[in-house]
Amino acid sequence: MTTQAEMQIAPSAHAHVERKWWHYFTFCEDHKVIGLQYLVTAFFFYAIGGALATAIRTELATPASDFVSPNTYNSLLTLHGTIMIFLWIIPAGAGLANYLIPLMVGARDMAFPKMNAMAFWMVPPAGLMLVLSFFLESPQAGWTSYPPLSLMTGKVGEGIWIFSLLISGTSSILGAINFLVTILKMRVPTMTIHKMPLFCWSMLATAGLILVGTPVLAGALILLAFDLLAGTSFFNPMGGGDPIVYQHMFWFYSHPAVYIMVLPLFGAISEILPVHARKPIFGYKAIAYSSLVISFLGLIVWAHHMFTSGTPAWLRMFFMITTMIIAVPTGIKVFGWLATIWGGKISYNSAMLFAMGFIAVFVIGGITGVMLAAVPFDIHVHDTYFVVAHLHYVLFGGSVFGIYAAIYHWFPKITGRMVNETLGQIHFVLTFIGMNLTFMPMHELGLMGMNRRIAFYDARFTSLNQLATVGSYILAVSTVPFLINAVWSWMKGAKATDNPWNALTLEWQTSSPPAIENFEVLPVLTTGPYDYGEHQSEEGKLPPGASPALSGSSSGS
Amino acid sequence: MQGTVDPNKAALNYHNEEVAAPPHEEHPDLRLFGLLVFLGAESMIFLGLFVAYLTFRAVYPSWPPEGTPERELALPAINTVILITSSFIIHNADTAIKKNDVKGLRIWFSITAIMGAVFLMGQLYEYSKLEFGLTTNLYASTFYVLTGFHGLHVFLGVCLILAVLWRAQKAGHYSDQEHFGVEAAELYWHFVDVVWIVLFILLYIL
Amino acid sequence: MLAGIILTLASLWYGQNHGLMPVQASNDAALVDGLFDTMMTIGTAIFLLVWGVLIICLFKFRRKPGDETDGPAIEGNIPLEIVWTAIPVAIVLVLGIYSFDVYNSMGGFDPDAAGDPGVQVAMLSEGGSAMPLMDAASSKKARHNHMALGIGASPDEIGVAPDVTVNVLGMQYAWIFTYPDLGITSGELHLPANKNVRLNLKAQDVIHAFWLPEFRIKQDTIPGIESELRFTPTRVGDYPIVCAELCGAYHGGMASRLYVQAPEDYDKWVQESMPIVENDSQTAADLEKLASTVALGENRSDADYLVPAAHQMGLDAKALEQLHYTMPHDSMRHDAISHELMPHDSMPHDSMLRASL
Ligand code: HEA
Ligand code: HEA
Ligand code: CUA
Ligand SMILES: [Cu+2]
Repeated sequence: MTTQAEMQIAPSAHAHVERKWWHYFTFCEDHKVIGLQYLVTAFFFYAIGGALATAIRTELATPASDFVSPNTYNSLLTLHGTIMIFLWIIPAGAGLANYLIPLMVGARDMAFPKMNAMAFWMVPPAGLMLVLSFFLESPQAGWTSYPPLSLMTGKVGEGIWIFSLLISGTSSILGAINFLVTILKMRVPTMTIHKMPLFCWSMLATAGLILVGTPVLAGALILLAFDLLAGTSFFNPMGGGDPIVYQHMFWFYSHPAVYIMVLPLFGAISEILPVHARKPIFGYKAIAYSSLVISFLGLIVWAHHMFTSGTPAWLRMFFMITTMIIAVPTGIKVFGWLATIWGGKISYNSAMLFAMGFIAVFVIGGITGVMLAAVPFDIHVHDTYFVVAHLHYVLFGGSVFGIYAAIYHWFPKITGRMVNETLGQIHFVLTFIGMNLTFMPMHELGLMGMNRRIAFYDARFTSLNQLATVGSYILAVSTVPFLINAVWSWMKGAKATDNPWNALTLEWQTSSPPAIENFEVLPVLTTGPYDYGEHQSEEGKLPPGASPALSGSSSGS
Repeated sequence: MQGTVDPNKAALNYHNEEVAAPPHEEHPDLRLFGLLVFLGAESMIFLGLFVAYLTFRAVYPSWPPEGTPERELALPAINTVILITSSFIIHNADTAIKKNDVKGLRIWFSITAIMGAVFLMGQLYEYSKLEFGLTTNLYASTFYVLTGFHGLHVFLGVCLILAVLWRAQKAGHYSDQEHFGVEAAELYWHFVDVVWIVLFILLYIL
Repeated sequence: MLAGIILTLASLWYGQNHGLMPVQASNDAALVDGLFDTMMTIGTAIFLLVWGVLIICLFKFRRKPGDETDGPAIEGNIPLEIVWTAIPVAIVLVLGIYSFDVYNSMGGFDPDAAGDPGVQVAMLSEGGSAMPLMDAASSKKARHNHMALGIGASPDEIGVAPDVTVNVLGMQYAWIFTYPDLGITSGELHLPANKNVRLNLKAQDVIHAFWLPEFRIKQDTIPGIESELRFTPTRVGDYPIVCAELCGAYHGGMASRLYVQAPEDYDKWVQESMPIVENDSQTAADLEKLASTVALGENRSDADYLVPAAHQMGLDAKALEQLHYTMPHDSMRHDAISHELMPHDSMPHDSMLRASL
C-alpha cells in the first residue's frame, strides 16, 4: 500500500508555532482553529436547540397545552427550527469544510483567511441574538416566518429573527466564497479535479448553492424587514402586497438550504466508507458529478413547499417532476455507497456505524420526500406531522448522523487522540433507537390527521405522541455518552498516530493534529484518494501505525 | 508534530501569512477571483429583488397602480448617463496604473468619485421631488427599496474609490505590478453600473 | 432470486395493508390512497433493499481480527451503474404520470378554479398606515384572473354547476361558513351526501389552510386571494376540519366539524338554520353571538380541546366563551365581525389587519 503523497524534495521554510488554547477564543486566521470554532459553537447551539425540542416534546406528551402556553410553544418551535438549521447544521458543515478542505487539497490555509475568520465570528452574535430573543420577545411565526402572520406576532422578536438570519446568511456567503476559491484554485499541482476527494466535490456543489440561494433569502428578509419596521406592504395583502412572493423567495433559498445541509455530509460519508471498508469508492465520477446535479436540480424545485398555497396547477406539476428527479442522483450516491462497502473488510467502529446508520435512516427520509413530491398526496399531508417526520429523517438521520460520523472519523486527526469505541457504540445505539422511536410514529400521526405546529391536539393522537416523547428523551440522553467521550478522549484518550485508519487522502499524511501550516512540504500525489487494495499484492500488509506517509509531520527539525 | 518547533523559525508570525508564506509556495493572487464570486452572489440579491418587482408588476392589472403620481424621466436619464460615463472614466485609471502612472490613477479616480457623488445627489434630489412616499403603494415601496439599495452600493463604491485614492497618496503603493485595489474598485464600479442599467430599464422604461 | 421474490411480496403486502390512512369519505380520497399505496409498495421495496444490503454487510463483511489487508479494488461497474440510474428514472416517471392522472381526475386542472375577485388596493396617504381602505368604488381589481388555485371540478364535472356552494372564511381562530343561496351563516359545515360541493375559500387576517383529512384535500386560504375546493362527499358521518397553516398561538384550536348528512337530515338542518328574520335586519347582537360561538371552534363536538387553552390562561369553562375578548387580535376580530360581517357580503373586508399591526 502506498500513500497518496510523497515528499517533495524542496525543504520547507515553514515554521511551527505551537497552538495555544486561547487562540481558539481569538480572531485567529488558521483554518483549523476556525473549523474547530465552528464545530464547537455549532454543537453549543445544538444543545440549546435540542433542549427546546425536548420542551416541545414534553408539551406534546399530553393533548392539553399544560407545560407551556401556546404562545411560548410557538416560540419554542420557531427557535428550535431556526437554531437547528442556521446555527447547528449549516455552521457544523462549514466547520468540517474549514477544517478539511485545505488539508485535503494540500493547501496551507484557505484562500482568504481573514475573511474566513470574519465569517466565523458572525455566527456567535447571530445565535446569541436568537437565544436572547427568548427572554425579550421571541419570534413565533415558525422558521418559515410567513407573512402576514410574521408581521403580527411582535416587532421585536421578528426583527431579531430577521437580523440574526441576515448575519448568519452573510457568514455563510463569505464562507462559501472561501470554499469555492480554495477548492478550485489551491489544490496541489498534481491534484487534478478528478483526483480530488469527494468531500471537496460536495463542498463545491454546496458552495455554489449557498452563493446562488442565500442572497435571495437576504432579499426576502430585507423586504420583510421593511414591511415589519417601515410599514411598506410588499408581502402584506392589506396594502396590495403579495404574501406568495415571500414564499417563493424564501423557498428559493430554503429548499437549496436542505441540500446545503446534507451535501457536505454526503461528502463526508463518501470519505468515511472506503477507509473503513478498505475498498475504493464505487463509481467515483458518478458520485462526484451527482453532487453537482443535485445542486442544480435543487435550485428548480422550491415550490414543492407551496403545493397547497398559491401555486397554480401547471406549476404544481412542473415542480413535482423536478423534485422527483432528485431521487435519481441521490440514488446514484446511495447505491454507490452500498457497492463500496459490499465485499469490503469493514471495521465497525463508531465512525462506520454512524456512516452506515446515515444511509439506513436517510433512505427512509428520502423515500418520504419523493412521496411528498407527488402533488395529490402532498395536498393531504402538507403541514402535518408526516412532513415533520420527513424533515427529521433527512435532517437528523442524514445531517446529524453524518456530522457524528465525521467527528468520530476525524477526531484522531483533529485532537491527536483516539475516541473511546465503547462509548461511541453506546452513543450510536441510543441515537439510532431514539431517533426512530421519536420520528417514526410521526408519519402515522400526519397521515391520520395531526397538523404540525400545534401546542394541543386531539386526544386520539395521544399514544403515538407519547411514544415520540419517550424517543426524544432517549435522544437527549444519547448525547451524554458522546459528550463524555469527546471531552475525556480529547484530554486523556490514547494517542493517535498520524494515520490511524491507513487512509489515503492528504489530511492523513500530516501529523495529528496537523502542524500550523498543515504540511512541512507540500505533498505530491502518487495515488488517487481511494486506491485501496490496489497495491497490496506488491507491498503486502502494512504494519498498523507504521504508515509510510511521507508528510511534513514528524520530520520537523 | 506540533511539539517540534524550530525556535529560530518560531518567531514568524502565523497571523500574517504574507510574512509566513515563503515565496516559492506563494499561491497566486486569488483576490480578484474571490471578488468576482462575491459579485456573483451580490447580483443574486438584485436578481431576487428584480424578479419580485416583476411579479408584483405582472400581478397588478396596471402598473404603476392607478393614481401613482407621475415621475419625471429627465433627471434619472441624466443620472444614468453620468453613471455609464463614469464606468468608462474609471477604466482610464486602470490603463494608467498599468503604465505605472499613479498621477493618472488619481485623476481618473477622483473624477469617478465626483461623478458617483453627483449621481447620489441627483438620486436624493429626485426623492425629494417625488410626490409619493415609501408606503404610498406597492410601486412606491419597490421603487424606493430598489433604488435605495442600489444607492447604497453606489455609496460603497464611492467609499472604495476614496480608499484607493487615500492609499495612492503613498508613493509606490500601487504600481503596474501591484494594483489589486484599483482593479477591485473598478470591477465593483462596473457592477454597480450594470445593475443600474437593469434597474433603470425596469423602473423607468418598462 | 428468492430474496427478490420475498422482497417483492413483502412490499406488495405492506403497500396494501399499512392501515395508515383515515377513512375515505370521497372518491378523491380513494384516488389519493391508490397513489399512496403504490408509493408505499415501491418505498417498502427500496427500504428493504437498502436495509437488506446494510444488514448483510453488518454480518458478512466484517473485518477478521488481525486481517490488515484491503478489500478487492473494485472501482465501478458501468452496466450496474446504468441499471441503478435507469430504475429510479423509470420509477419516477411512473409516479409522475400516475400523480398527474390522479391530480387531473380530482379536478386539479379545472380552468375555472378560483374566480379570483382580486386584492383590493387602496392608496394610502403618505405614512398613513392606519388609514382605512377606500370604499369598493374607488378600489379596483388588482389581480389578474390567471391564477387558478385549489382543486376544481373533475373532468366530467367541468361546466356543471355544483349542487351546493359554501363560502368559507378563515380567521384567527375559527372557520365561518356562509351558504349564499340559503342565507345561513354557521360555525360548522353541513353538507348533503353524494352532492357535488364547491367551497370558496378566503382568509381574513393571516394565511390559514382548510384541511379535510378524510377527504385528502387541503388548500391554503390566503388573505386577498380566493381559492376553491370542489368534491363530492360519499360517506355520511362527521369529520374534523383542521387548520393546517400556522396562524398564531391558537392555531391548534382552529378547528371545526364537517357533517355529511343524508339529504333528509341535511334539509332538516337547513330549515332549522335559516334565519327567521330577513338577513338585512339581523342585529349586531345576533352576529355577536355567532362570533362567540365560532371562536376557537367552540361549536365542535369535542370542546374539551379548548380546555387546555383556557386552562393556560387561567380561565374556567364559563369564561371560555368570552375568551376571544381577552386576546388582543381576537378583540379586533370580534369588532370586525360585529361591524363588517354583513349578511350579504359574507366575506368581510379586512381592515383590522392593518389596525392590529
Ligand atoms: C437535509 C434536508 C433534506 C433533504 C436532503 C430533503 C430531501 C428531499 N425532500 Fe425534503 N424537506 C426538508 C429537508 C430535506 N429534504 C425539510 C426541512 C422540509 C420541511 C420544511 C418545512 O416546511 O418546515 C422538507 C419538506 C419537503 C417537502 C414539502 C412537504 C410539505 O411541506 O408539504 C417535499 C415535497 O416535495 C420534500 C421533498 C424532498 C425530496 C424529493 C427529497 C430528495 O432529495 C430525497 C432523495 C433521496 C432518496 C429518494 C433516497 C435515496 C434514493 C434511492 C435509494 C434511489 C431510489 C429511490 C426512488 C426511485 C424513490 N421535502
Ligand atoms: C437539523 C435540524 C433538526 C434537528 C437535529 C432536530 C431535532 C429534534 N427535533 Fe426538530 N425540527 C426541525 C429541525 C430539527 N429538529 C425543524 C426545521 C422543525 C420545523 C420548525 C417549524 O415548524 O418552524 C422542527 C420541528 C420539530 C417538531 C414539530 C414542532 C411542531 O410542528 O409543533 C418536533 C416535535 O416533536 C421536533 C422535535 C425534535 C426532537 C425531539 C429532536 C431531537 O432529535 C433533539 C435531540 C437533541 C438534543 C436533546 C440536544 C443534545 C442533548 C444534550 C446536549 C444533552 C442535554 C439536553 C437535555 C437534558 C435536554 N422538531
Ligand atoms: Cu388558522 Cu391555523
Ligand atoms: Cu424542499
